[in-house]
Amino acid sequence: MCEVLAPGLAVSVLKAIFQEVHVQSLLQLDRHTVYSIITNFMGTREEELKGLGADFTFGFIQVMDGEKDPRNLLVAFQIVRDLIAKNYALGPFVEELFEVTSCYFPIDFTPPPNDPHGIQREDLILSLRAVLASTPQFAEFLLPLLIEKMDSDLQSAKLDALQTLTACCAIYGQKELQEFLPSLWSSLRREVFQTASEKVEAECLAALHALSACLSRSVLSSDAEDLLDSFLSSILQDCRHHLCEPDMKLVWPSAKLLQAAAGASLRSYHRLTHSVLPLLLEQYNKHSQSSQRRTILEMLLGFLELQQKWGHVEEDESAVLSLRAPVCSVVFSALTDPSVQLQLVGIRALTVLGSLQGFLSPSDLELVVDHLIRLTLHEEDSQSSEAAMEAAGSLAPIYPKVFSGRMVPRLGEELQSEREEERSRDLRSLRQRCLQALAAVSTHASIVRETVPVLLQHLRKVQKGSEAGSAQEVISVCQSLHRVALQCQQDAEGCWYFHQAVVPCLLAMAVQAAMQESTQPLLGKALLEEDVLAAMVPVISAATTHLSPELAAQSVAHVVPLFLDGEVSFLPQNSFPCSFQPFAEGECLEAQRRLAALLMAFVCSLPRDVAIPQQERLLRELLALSCSCNCPFTATTAAKCFAGLLNKHPAGQQLDEILQLAVNRMEPGLAEGPRREQALTLLLWVTKALVLRYHPLSSQLTDKLLGLLGDVELGPAAADGFSLLMAESPDVLHKGCHADVRIMFRQRFFTDNVPKLVQGFHGAGPDVKANYLKGLSHVLNHLPKPVLVTELPTLLSLLLEALSCSDRVVQLSTLSCLQPLLLEAPQIMSLHVDTLVTKFLSLTSSPAMAVRIAALRCAHALTSLPTVVLLPYKARVIRALAKPLDDKKRLVRKEAVAARGEWFLVGSPGR
Amino acid sequence: MVGPAGGAPLENANPLIYRRSGERPVTAREEDDELPDSIDDREIFDLIRSINDPEHPLTLEELNVVEQVRVKVNDAESTVAVEFTPTIPHCSMATLIGLSIKVKLIRSLPERFKMDVHITPGTHASEHAVNKQLADKERVAAALENSHLLEVVNQCLSARS
Repeated sequence: MCEVLAPGLAVSVLKAIFQEVHVQSLLQLDRHTVYSIITNFMGTREEELKGLGADFTFGFIQVMDGEKDPRNLLVAFQIVRDLIAKNYALGPFVEELFEVTSCYFPIDFTPPPNDPHGIQREDLILSLRAVLASTPQFAEFLLPLLIEKMDSDLQSAKLDALQTLTACCAIYGQKELQEFLPSLWSSLRREVFQTASEKVEAECLAALHALSACLSRSVLSSDAEDLLDSFLSSILQDCRHHLCEPDMKLVWPSAKLLQAAAGASLRSYHRLTHSVLPLLLEQYNKHSQSSQRRTILEMLLGFLELQQKWGHVEEDESAVLSLRAPVCSVVFSALTDPSVQLQLVGIRALTVLGSLQGFLSPSDLELVVDHLIRLTLHEEDSQSSEAAMEAAGSLAPIYPKVFSGRMVPRLGEELQSEREEERSRDLRSLRQRCLQALAAVSTHASIVRETVPVLLQHLRKVQKGSEAGSAQEVISVCQSLHRVALQCQQDAEGCWYFHQAVVPCLLAMAVQAAMQESTQPLLGKALLEEDVLAAMVPVISAATTHLSPELAAQSVAHVVPLFLDGEVSFLPQNSFPCSFQPFAEGECLEAQRRLAALLMAFVCSLPRDVAIPQQERLLRELLALSCSCNCPFTATTAAKCFAGLLNKHPAGQQLDEILQLAVNRMEPGLAEGPRREQALTLLLWVTKALVLRYHPLSSQLTDKLLGLLGDVELGPAAADGFSLLMAESPDVLHKGCHADVRIMFRQRFFTDNVPKLVQGFHGAGPDVKANYLKGLSHVLNHLPKPVLVTELPTLLSLLLEALSCSDRVVQLSTLSCLQPLLLEAPQIMSLHVDTLVTKFLSLTSSPAMAVRIAALRCAHALTSLPTVVLLPYKARVIRALAKPLDDKKRLVRKEAVAARGEWFLVGSPGR
Repeated sequence: MVGPAGGAPLENANPLIYRRSGERPVTAREEDDELPDSIDDREIFDLIRSINDPEHPLTLEELNVVEQVRVKVNDAESTVAVEFTPTIPHCSMATLIGLSIKVKLIRSLPERFKMDVHITPGTHASEHAVNKQLADKERVAAALENSHLLEVVNQCLSARS
């Protein structure tokens, strides 16, 4: 329309509107139309409108004056913003324009219930703030308004004023702020000193930060005084003395204010730290109690952390650098203090000091490392010891030489030492700490090359020895290796080093142990225990997932032939007494078969584009093993490995053939015979592999599983299997090991199978009904809550029935489904209030603590139903909830107190 | 925001504010289904520390009206004693604060407990009178029949939004 309008007509139209129409007496819709006309002209006829000069601005002020509808206000605010942003002439009407918008500040608007327009309070606040903070021209009017609102009793007004001030500082300069700085500062200070609300405090600090940053940014004319300087002086004057007061009442608010200002610019940082740091150091030495010292050190730490932000600075400027010696001595004294809390702050300070480039001298640095070693190994409190390890980990990449030269050898020695300690428990916990510390400090490639051999050496030693508890020790080493693996995953070279050093070594040790077991079965090797193998799995997996495809291909060419053909030549120390045949038949090979866990860890973690040699043969062997093996550990591992490979197998004829083969093996196994459990495990894992990748066969397998829920023998296990299908599995078939996982698979599984579960439940005999409920519970438990809430009403009757089920898993999951539903859909739930009250109250005396807690939470959530629905039950519920108040478990009592307290308020004045 | 004083100036407009203690950490013992946990001082303190002050938007803990050291409980003998310290010696809210603490304990503790709520000795002008009122069961019951008083007490006990 606008294009066909002749030049000049836009101006005429607007003039006519301004003169002839009294806009505010029109209906909302018509007012909206007027704003739209203006918006459109501003979009297309900017030049013409600007020709009107300030008359246009004045005309618009009259149009919007008195507007009340939030929909129109959003448009009007946008027009004002455009007026300012596009430089329309405001002329003498700046104050009028400010008045006509600022009269809405602070926004006080609550959308009506069932509001179809969806305008939120927050929309209006942000839109108005954008107007008010759009130009420095408003400053002289806006700042007094903001100061007034900061003093308001309403917290929302306070917050809005503070946030608007912060926004203004982005465009204001010295000139605008000068006059108001003293009152701004005194308001901010008062709020921080007095407020109880963390939100208000945070906004005040943000505003102070913004103010200081704004003053630091301003360009000074030659004769003007530096406002930043005088502003910071007043901050110092008001806060400094609180830091010295012996009762330390206002130290934290003062320190926070100082730190907020100091964080604004390098200049303000220097100005404040020159005065504050010496003071804090002096105070630290003056106080002798650990708790006071801790507070002071925490404040000091805050300032040191700010220094980090500015990176490297010249020596002569920085207060911190000039105070190097006293700062170090304070931090070191904290590290040797008996108070653990003070030590912990000291360790954090140490980490910060270490990260300041060039701050620590070489001799200081050696002292730092010695302190860390001492805390790591000999500090009794485990918190300090762990913090020291973490500190070593974060400093090691900055000073790799010092740590690899000083700390690693020391830890290695401690690990080796065969001291005849009187108490072997002490020795074990010392070793444990050495192992953890070795892992923690391995954060730099050069250090990893030192620590990995130490860890492997220790592993060999432990495995040879026959002392009790060596299995636990092997697990500890594996945990350390796992951590190292995770830390070097991002660095391609380090990752390959780790893979090459660790994977063959672990395999060799395991293979050797398995062979010894085959020849002398009674020895009982720690390395072959199930939980030890399970601890090795994550190490191998983490060492493999981040390999580049080329390197992974190199490695897979060794590992697969090892398992299929007994090709041991790539292992270190490869002279073995007999051959390695994990897939062969034979009683004495049981130990070798168990190593399928290590094969799984490796092949299931490979990137998807790495081709696995002899994959079809491998799959057939795994399938056979999973169906025929008597040991549940081995059978499950083989099934998982098989499933992990299937999930990544490219679609096509080969995949279909192997799947057909699997189905053919499973069906008779499931039907009857001694290995039904194994067949079920295989079915579960294969189903999971296919469900994750949306394979068409998955629905057929799921149906088979649903059918098994009605089986008296396998039903309960099949029901638990639904949890396996839905949950994230820790070692295979997750995103981290490159499995094919579609993001919506849980929702899809829910939509496809829940109707069948419900139907199965209704048709099932009384002895197996619980299996269906349990299966359903598992599916619901793993579904995201928002999805759940929309779907649950249809399942409500079933859930109510499930509350009477005696199985704890079912009870717990049903309660956890109902609780959000009570909060989100009180209307639907109100219809069943009688059943709900009865069931919840009876479950509060369940023998299982978790069920009691969940039942009490539901009883609490009931209070969100309408009061009229609840009142008939009030007395009964309050009486019944008196009993759990005396529960033997504190966590249960806590929930009972909360629930009962809320029930007392139902229908009572003052709620 | 308007307290029961109904717009009258606050008696103690600028109180000292104390740091809130954090949530009690859950121990492994507490998570064990079998082992019983006895009711201890901290548990009672946790019940009353979050009660709102009738005239400030602050909790009794933040105003230091209640402190954990002034809570004594004996689970075996079923007794609880709580001392509270009004912010100023002439605080007219003392009875109301005491009533709120008492009601909170009545609602939250098993019936077997005998509870004693009183003012920390020497911290309030009419200490004796207030203590007597709080100890009188009938007076407490009668106070809660008064719907205006009940409203104020309920406000003190509601979770802060």
